[in-house]
Amino acid sequence: MSPQTGSGELPRWATIVALPLINVGIALLVSALVILSIGEDPLAALGIMVQGAFGSGLGIGYTLYYATSLIFTGLCVAVAFHAGLFNIGGEGQAYIGGLGVGIACLALGGWPWWLALPVTVLAGMAFGAAWALIPGYLQAYRGSHVVITTIMFNFIASALMVYLLVNVLINPGQMSPESREFDPSLFLPQMHEMLAVLGMEVDATPLNLSFLIALLACVLIWLYIWHTRAGFRLRTVGANEDAARYAGIDPRRTILIAMLLSGAMAGLLGLNEVQGVQHRLMLNFTAGLGFTGIAVALMGRAHPAGIVPAAILFGALYQGGAELAFEYQNISPELVVVIQGVVILFAGALEHMFKPALSRLFRPRRTIPAEA
Amino acid sequence: MDFLQILSLLDSTIRLAAPLILAALAGLFSERAGVVDIGLEGKMLAGAFAAAAAGAATGSAWIGLLAGITASLVLAAVHGFACISQKGNQVVSGVAINTIAAGLTAVLAQAWFELGGRTPSLDGASRFAAIDLPLAQTLSGIPLLGPVYAELVSGHNLLVYIAFLAVPLAAWIAYRTRFGLRLRAVGENPAAVDTAGISVPVLRYQAVAIAGVLCGIAGAYLSTAQGAGFQENMTAGKGYLALAALILGKWKPVPTLMACLLFAFADALQTRLQGVPLPGIGEVPVQVIEALPYILTVLLLAGFVGRAIPPKAAGLPYTKDR
Repeated sequence: MSPQTGSGELPRWATIVALPLINVGIALLVSALVILSIGEDPLAALGIMVQGAFGSGLGIGYTLYYATSLIFTGLCVAVAFHAGLFNIGGEGQAYIGGLGVGIACLALGGWPWWLALPVTVLAGMAFGAAWALIPGYLQAYRGSHVVITTIMFNFIASALMVYLLVNVLINPGQMSPESREFDPSLFLPQMHEMLAVLGMEVDATPLNLSFLIALLACVLIWLYIWHTRAGFRLRTVGANEDAARYAGIDPRRTILIAMLLSGAMAGLLGLNEVQGVQHRLMLNFTAGLGFTGIAVALMGRAHPAGIVPAAILFGALYQGGAELAFEYQNISPELVVVIQGVVILFAGALEHMFKPALSRLFRPRRTIPAEA
Repeated sequence: MDFLQILSLLDSTIRLAAPLILAALAGLFSERAGVVDIGLEGKMLAGAFAAAAAGAATGSAWIGLLAGITASLVLAAVHGFACISQKGNQVVSGVAINTIAAGLTAVLAQAWFELGGRTPSLDGASRFAAIDLPLAQTLSGIPLLGPVYAELVSGHNLLVYIAFLAVPLAAWIAYRTRFGLRLRAVGENPAAVDTAGISVPVLRYQAVAIAGVLCGIAGAYLSTAQGAGFQENMTAGKGYLALAALILGKWKPVPTLMACLLFAFADALQTRLQGVPLPGIGEVPVQVIEALPYILTVLLLAGFVGRAIPPKAAGLPYTKDR
């Protein structure tokens, strides 16, 4: 889980760029084997995926739309990482955060979106943070492991949302468990509308204003973690809790704050999915994007500058994977989940595996170890 | 609730507890040896799919069981390689295993059977059938004990008996054998084990392999004994519940068994409580009851365990030359 970069022999760019690329390469290789074992041509499949994700304005729009959600959940996992916590609850926190956004939208009626936006942002963050509060508190003050409690909270969130959508928020006179549609004035402007104002013609896709909010969140998180005292405390606790305590930092308070911030980041997913695209509350709008955040954060080395490209890559996998499942009846879209798992394995658990080989490449050829 | 209803409630508790027990014991061996195992869920899922797929292909539940164990062992080997040989983060490796298993089983199920992520339903010899213990019918006439023996003890499939027998066996291995002593030592103080001239990696690989076998049986139970085939994500959090049971049981076999039975009881209760008004409360929403095992876990983890102290070296890779 160590997010720090730079180690002995390797130049910095190699750790930051080359290692993640190797990880993606391995993940794609493993997926190629899976596709091969199904009896399809991996290269053709890759072609369809790349074409589907980046080959058209439409594809790019969808890719960036998925990436928006993944930036939020990636930041969620990354913030917790820096405090030494492994928050697997991004899925549940995003789900409840979306509930907050949805309730705000339902309550605000005909407000214009730009006036409502601060409210929905705060509601999403507050609800997401609230869902991380109990696991965070239990980790900090009772020593119950945050990994287990956040997993349990994912299940509880899912049950809670079913209850609310079936019994409370359901649109009267309708069978499917979803809320009524929000007032159109609350819809976040979509990217193609915004660009049309600037005189640019692009395909209509779900990509909306939240993409820019996600990028802004990256900048703010970067400033917070690396350029504030609170961020320094957070990283100190993550690096060495005992040392932090010795330095006068309260690790319990810091852990709690880190979990709240982490949950708040996940909660923002609701902006993109609920206010930006679905325009109503419905079941399972998180669709596993909370879990993918783990892979995004690991591949992005828990740094916003890494999370954005990692999120775009995974967004491309979602979009390309959907195209692939559409082309080949016997390839299911869950192929993306396999790739995700392999990335988590190699970028996370096996992060040191390729370092020796890579450092050998970078070592000056002629140096002979003086004392062997 | 009359006597027979209570019996049938306890009967389903036993059925629901079996996979939890097997998975929790898997976690026990692994974590007692110092390797944290979040990947119970994924190994069970892979085992369930492989068992159902092999069962469907060959018509034999036994070949299914073997396939389930093999699939789970492969994932256990990956986990071992990442955690023991590569000294990677054990929690992250477990999450990777779960993710890979969730994706791969869905992809392969769709590719091989084209039934929307399911395997064909199994029947006959491709499932583990209920076993009637001797004298179950003759003794069922005896009041109280007769029905208890006939309904509760008898009439389960083989894997249920294996699960319940595995508990005393695990306790015996862990506390009464040389291997068990070393296993517990390597989870507490690997350096001491190393100093004694015993290989830390070998012991840990053995523990991880035992965990793999047990998870494979648990998975095969889900798809070829309790259920009749595989469906996507059919473990539905059982691996995590098993892990919670292990923590509640403080990494000891018998308390862990009790925790598994508690979770299974909550689970058995929920199917019976749906739509039934409770005295003083009224009808409880289905979703509350469904979430009951998870809420229970959080509550128990939060308050009633006291400090659950894991094996000291759990989660820490062992580096020899330090």
